[in-house]
Amino acid sequence: MDPNLIMLLTIFALAVFVGFEIITKVPPTLHTPLMSGSNAISGITLVGAVLSMNQSHPVITGILAFLAVALATINVVGGYLVTHRMLSMFKRKG
Amino acid sequence: MSLAYREALLNLIYLAVSILFIFGIKGLTHPRTAVRGNLISAVAMLLAVLGTLVLKQVVGLWVILAGLVVGSAVGAYLALTVQMTAMPQLVALFNGFGGGASVLVAWAALIEAVKSAAPDVLSAAADAGVATTSVAGGYQMGVATAASGLIGAVTFWGSLVAYAKLEELEQFKKPVSLPYHQWINAGLFVLTLLLGAWISANPASTASAWMYLPLVLVASVLGVTLVIPIGGADMPVVIALLNSYSGLAAAATGFVINNNVLIISGSLVGASGIILTQIMCKAMNRSLTHVLFGKLGPTGNTATADEVYGGKVKATTAEEVAMLLEGARRVVIVPGYGMAVSQAQAAVRDLYNVLESRGTQVEFAIHPVAGRMPGHMNVLLAEVNIPYEKLQEMDAINPTFEQTDVAIVLGANDVVNPDARTNPQSPIAGMPILDVDKARTVVVVKRSLSPGFAGIPNPLFAMDNTLMYFADGKQAILDLVSAVKQL
Repeated sequence: MDPNLIMLLTIFALAVFVGFEIITKVPPTLHTPLMSGSNAISGITLVGAVLSMNQSHPVITGILAFLAVALATINVVGGYLVTHRMLSMFKRKG
Repeated sequence: MSLAYREALLNLIYLAVSILFIFGIKGLTHPRTAVRGNLISAVAMLLAVLGTLVLKQVVGLWVILAGLVVGSAVGAYLALTVQMTAMPQLVALFNGFGGGASVLVAWAALIEAVKSAAPDVLSAAADAGVATTSVAGGYQMGVATAASGLIGAVTFWGSLVAYAKLEELEQFKKPVSLPYHQWINAGLFVLTLLLGAWISANPASTASAWMYLPLVLVASVLGVTLVIPIGGADMPVVIALLNSYSGLAAAATGFVINNNVLIISGSLVGASGIILTQIMCKAMNRSLTHVLFGKLGPTGNTATADEVYGGKVKATTAEEVAMLLEGARRVVIVPGYGMAVSQAQAAVRDLYNVLESRGTQVEFAIHPVAGRMPGHMNVLLAEVNIPYEKLQEMDAINPTFEQTDVAIVLGANDVVNPDARTNPQSPIAGMPILDVDKARTVVVVKRSLSPGFAGIPNPLFAMDNTLMYFADGKQAILDLVSAVKQL
């Protein structure tokens, strides 16, 4: 097996464990913000989208890249903003 | 800067970004650090995108920038204009978009891999001394692309169906079950696996790039058929699960383009989504398999509505409830999805204020799955400035119902059905409920005696200490507020 792939699988497995470990005892009030906030993080695919256009098929990958970037950006920008809106409602009365 | 140097720098930035995401998610799990956590994670995202734009040779920069501008404008508009009651649908929609983006990125990478694998390109690149491609090679490429396409498409279409259900679009209101529904799902899933296996066995071939289309198509149908039979009250579980999927789709895309930060962030989200899903399932005493594949409904052993309610239901009026409240020292309000539907949260706040100003202690009992997404009721009550410490979790408030003079159930049904506790034959037997029936008097605000999501009658409505206040949620509470003020 390709050593690079093994490296990536290692990172993947460890990150899953970290994910399980950091979410413990979340108060119900934060369920929705946690969900929409982590949802925004899943928009990280935006980094891939930014790189997805290539010279060899500029038209087709250009269309794919534009759509991917737009969708992922909606996810990212919308996700963070809406989470912030919710959290600032909670914060108002401390 | 040389190419290798820039690559190294970018990977260090990605490492910093991953660490910041971990701090960000961690921060989101505590009320005091939540705002900061969200900001940390947003800054990390910005860093990742800017670093990539600056340090990588981005092809078609204007196309990318146009996408960023359009996406930011649409995202910001949706996020800033949404009503708090419509939050579940919006989260579902954003979630679907993330999954959709992963599908497209993986496809573009597959197309690039096909071209890069062509011998003339490889030799030309070797002559020029540059790296040909950043995408993965061989089987990793094939398997990862197939996984991205499958999970991403299921997330996208599943989320859109969830959106339609939450938005209560006419065609999607009711759970739809096809004949042999589970077999159809299983068949579709096997088909996606076969298509995925074919792509994995023939990575970087032109045929694979085309075969990706039927894979995404079948996975899209699967996304629809998976979510369409699931009823509204199970939506918290479905949304949490789809959230997890969108993370996994991003992680799979990370394997496609050999990108650590996608793998790490995607798996963090995947894992946290699974945990939320488990919390939701536990709150309903159902397994995930049962939510996804089982149907909830009356069994032969449950009593019919007539047997339960026959002649025992007492209707009440705003004036009568107001008099009850006047003598009450402790009132507990139990909100449910009905409060969101009738937009009654502001009226509830008025009721809370008027009762508290008269010296009555008022608390809110929040069932973990009340509403249509995890924490739905908390968001709505926070919107109208109900103090955080007035919202009590199920385990904390249940022992206090016996000292409660009046419990007001507003648009909740199955989560206050005592059958869950007392009748082992009931389809909801064992589900943790709010013990409102132990309060001295229970006032249930409801339009009619129609059953809740579980489709079973609720013996609470016929109990001696229960009064039914038949009305629209918002109007009922408004009338109640003016009745209390007139006392």
